[in-house]
Parts: sequence; structure tokens; C-alpha cells
Amino acid sequence: MFVTQISVFLENKPGRLAQVTEVLRQNNIDISAISVADTSEFGIVRMIVDKPKEAVSALKAAKFPVSTTEVLAVEVSDKPGGLNFALQVLNEANISIEYLYSFIKRNGDKALILFRIEDSAKAVEVLQSAGVKLYTNEEINLL
Amino acid sequence: MHWNKTRECMNREQLRSYQLEKLKETVDRVYHNVPSYRQKMQERNIIPEDINSLEDLQLLPFTTKQDLRDNYPYDMFAVPLEEIIRIHASSGTTGKPTVVGYTRRDIANWAELMARCLTMAGAQRDSVVQISYGYGLFTGGLGFHYGAEKIGALVIPTSGGNTRRQVMLMKDLKTEILACTPSYALCIIETLEQMGLNRQELNLKAGIFGAEPWSENMRAELEERLGIKALDIYGLSEVIGPGVACECMEQQGLHIFEDFFIPEIIDPVTEKPLPEGQAGELVITTIDKEGLPVIRYRTRDIASLSYEPCACGRTHARISKLLGRTDDMLIIRGVNVFPSQIESALMATGVAEPHYLIIVDRVNNLDTIEVLVEVSETLFADEIRKLEEVRKKIASEIYSTLGINVNVKLVEPYTIERSEGKAKRVIDKRKI
Repeated sequence: MFVTQISVFLENKPGRLAQVTEVLRQNNIDISAISVADTSEFGIVRMIVDKPKEAVSALKAAKFPVSTTEVLAVEVSDKPGGLNFALQVLNEANISIEYLYSFIKRNGDKALILFRIEDSAKAVEVLQSAGVKLYTNEEINLL
Repeated sequence: MHWNKTRECMNREQLRSYQLEKLKETVDRVYHNVPSYRQKMQERNIIPEDINSLEDLQLLPFTTKQDLRDNYPYDMFAVPLEEIIRIHASSGTTGKPTVVGYTRRDIANWAELMARCLTMAGAQRDSVVQISYGYGLFTGGLGFHYGAEKIGALVIPTSGGNTRRQVMLMKDLKTEILACTPSYALCIIETLEQMGLNRQELNLKAGIFGAEPWSENMRAELEERLGIKALDIYGLSEVIGPGVACECMEQQGLHIFEDFFIPEIIDPVTEKPLPEGQAGELVITTIDKEGLPVIRYRTRDIASLSYEPCACGRTHARISKLLGRTDDMLIIRGVNVFPSQIESALMATGVAEPHYLIIVDRVNNLDTIEVLVEVSETLFADEIRKLEEVRKKIASEIYSTLGINVNVKLVEPYTIERSEGKAKRVIDKRKI
């Protein structure tokens, strides 16, 4: 029920992000979601890709600090109140979110949002019992 | 295990009378053969006959690196040049290098000293010793080489560099004792990991690391990650090279071979001797050297001295691990700071790799320190909050050790320059 997310540590230096995407290009890896969190000195790039294992080893070989995290890929309807529904479900269960960002791809009239939640097992349980669909890496690759 | 038990475990009374006899000989020799020593002694109205006890050593003038530069290249040699069979030289990063000369006997003595050091690390005839110190003008490589050959060990003279090949040979030839700088040992560990090898595939038992100061935390790290006993060795080319002092397996300070060298600890400012146990500048007099004897040589290294008996049975005094150098001691807002203290604080956090760079600057008349720390795989967390916590943890550890606030900056791995010789730890941008 989880999706593997890749995080890369970057110093705030011109061209660093492009070096990450260059490594992925060379290895023919497709990015389906990306976000950059930044502070004044460094940033973290977070991505969902089609071949996470290959991406990790290619980035490590290029000497980037890489880690993987399990996140939830949550389907919401792409209309007013769609994201709000999922957030209300989590809020009622008293589950807080570390961060979230959205997918580039969509599934018909559905949007996909990535959630990083500390207590992810509990989040899976409450979302699923509220009828919210969660995606796996394989399902995302089929979109 | 001792290489030369008679000398290394000599009772102190005997040792002192032996030292006095050799000191008198040395002073007499330099007075008659080295014009600059004679001149300095004459300025102080001293003649060799004034030296009648070990305490009289304090009557003699100090020798500094500047003296060696002023007499570049050969004017401080105490024998005719045809007696000299070897030259070594310091790196000479600031001006002319200092050139040191060895007679055949000096080289033989150097081998004896290094054999003692390697024996402390457990080297025997059937041992495999890999020497990853540079061979050449630098004394590290050849000094170890002579010692290991004298013992009859199998020597792998890899010198520095080409780390992947070093690691391959280390594994295939079953190296037991590794000799290199502590920062290069870390570089070897990284390479080992990159090559997908672990320490169980190696046969290492001990490492002798020197040529730069390193902390107890660094020792713990090297011992754990290589599965070895990590011993500290001390030496400087002006005195002979590596082999002036070395740690025994007790790891409670470095035995300085007092049948060859007389150590003193002085206050670097007042130049007065300091009591036993107090840290100050290490001063060394050679008492069994022909080519280039030095009298009260100012090493610029900070250490303390202990004459307490050691459990290993050696009677020779021990110097502490080096605390830094008088010339790279930083004075930050009036506080004396040694880079090694920052390293200790960094390692004490348990999250940082010992790859760091200290940048000192002065902003609006206030000294600032920035410590660059590499983000290792173990340190890297996906959340900014956690990375900020790491930064704060490192800064507060440094604050609790030194009482100064530093700005910790996290940088990408491998962006701090790796060195195969001595690591550069400090950039001082202050213009005073």
C-alpha cells in the first residue's frame, strides 16, 4: 500500500538539481512526481520514479546522498473538496502529515497526492476504511 | 612485545646517566662542527664543559625551523657531506623546505627505532605490513620501510594514492599491519565500502597512524570500522622522521625513545619548562644522531609528558596524543581552539563522519566559525526538521566543549577535499 519515494540531499548551488535529473535521464528513468523542499543552505528533492532501485544506485554512484521513504499515494477526485475529504479523514483520526505534494499524472478524473505520514500504517487503515484508494509503485507505472 | 628490551626497559637511573653521557658528546660535537650552534652558545657564554647534568640542558639555546632555513641547505650538518648518504626534506609549504641529512649510522638507528614502533603494534618476522605513507623526500614511507625490513616482516610498499588498488592488495595479500595517516585510513574505509567489501574480508590486526593529530574518537571509529588496534606514532623529519615516539598496546600515551631523544615541555610564550603532566610545546634534543643533531628543537607540537611507569614494562617517558600545534592553534574571541577539539565534539555526536572543514572569518570585528560537515548516508534524513536537529546537535556539542557558538553547515559528501597526506582542516580568512 506504500509507494517508494527517493530523497536526495542537495546543497544550494547552481546546477545541482539539473545534475540529479541528468543522472536519471542517462539511466532512462521516468519521474512521475517531484517536489523540492528548501532552506537557505540546502534542499531535499523528493521524487517518485518508475524504477526506484535503479535510480537509487545510479544516484549513489554519482555520489549523491540518497534515502528512500515509504509514502502514501492517495487518490482524490479532481474537483472542489477532493483533497479536503482525505485530509478530513486523517484529521478526524488525529493523524498529522509531515508533508505532501501532487503527482504529474492523473487517472481519468482522479488526481493523485503523495502524503508523508509518520504513522503511515494507521493512515492506511483509516483512509481505506473511508473508501479512499491508495496506489502502489506498480499501479502508478501502469498509468 | 619489545624489540630491544635492554634499551626500552632500562631502569631510569641508568637511562639518565646514559643520556647525560650522550648529551655531552652531542653538545661537544655540534660546538666544534656546526658554526651556528657555536655562535649561539658563545652568545650565551656557554662551552660544552658547562653541561654536567641533564638539568644543564636548559642552559642551551633553542633551535627552530627558522634556524634550519637560515642554514639551508647543509650548514647545520655536523659531519662532512661525504658522510651523508641520504637527504629528506619537509614539504616547505611556507618558503624553502628544511633539508635533513642522514649518515649510514643514522639510517641504521632510524631502522632500530621504527622496528621498536612496529613491534609495539605486534609486527614480527611473519607479519605482512602495508606502508601507505608517501615514499620519497617525505620521511614517512622509507622510515616505516626500514623498520619493517629490519624486523624481517613482509613489506608491501604501496605508498600513498590509488586507493582501490591499495584495498585490493590489502585483501589479497592479507595485510596485518597498516601504516598511513589517520585521514588516509578513513579514505581507505570509504573505498572499502564503495567496493562492497567489509572488514571481515580483510586480515588487518593493527594500524599505526601518524603525521597529523587525531582524536580518541577517531581512534574508536578506526578501530571499530577496521577491526584493529589503532596506535599513534609521532615523529618529525628535523628530528629523524617517524619513530620518535609510538604508542604501545596500552594506548596510554606515546613512548618517546629516551635513549635517542631528550624531551622537554615548555610554555611556548615564556619558554620556561612546565611541570610533568602540563600541556605545552614539545622540545626535543637528539643525543645519538650524526648527520643533523638538533639541540632543544622547538617542534611546535602541543603535548604533555608523563614519567609514570607503563604496564607494558617500558621505562621511557610518554607524551600525550598531540593536542595541536602552536601555529595552528586558533584564537577565537580570545578562546584557544584546536581543530582536534572540534573533531572530538563532532565525533561525540555519533552522527557525523570526521570529514569537516573549519572556516574562520571576522565579520564586524567579531570572529565567526563555520564548520562544514558532510552529510553521510547515516546522517541524511528525508525531513528538513531532522537535518536541522542534526545541525543543532553538532553546534551544541561544540558549544559545550569549547564555549563558543559555531555555525554548522551541512554539505554534500565528497565535497571536502580528501587528502592522502596531511588533511587540511582549517581555513582562516581573518585579516588582522
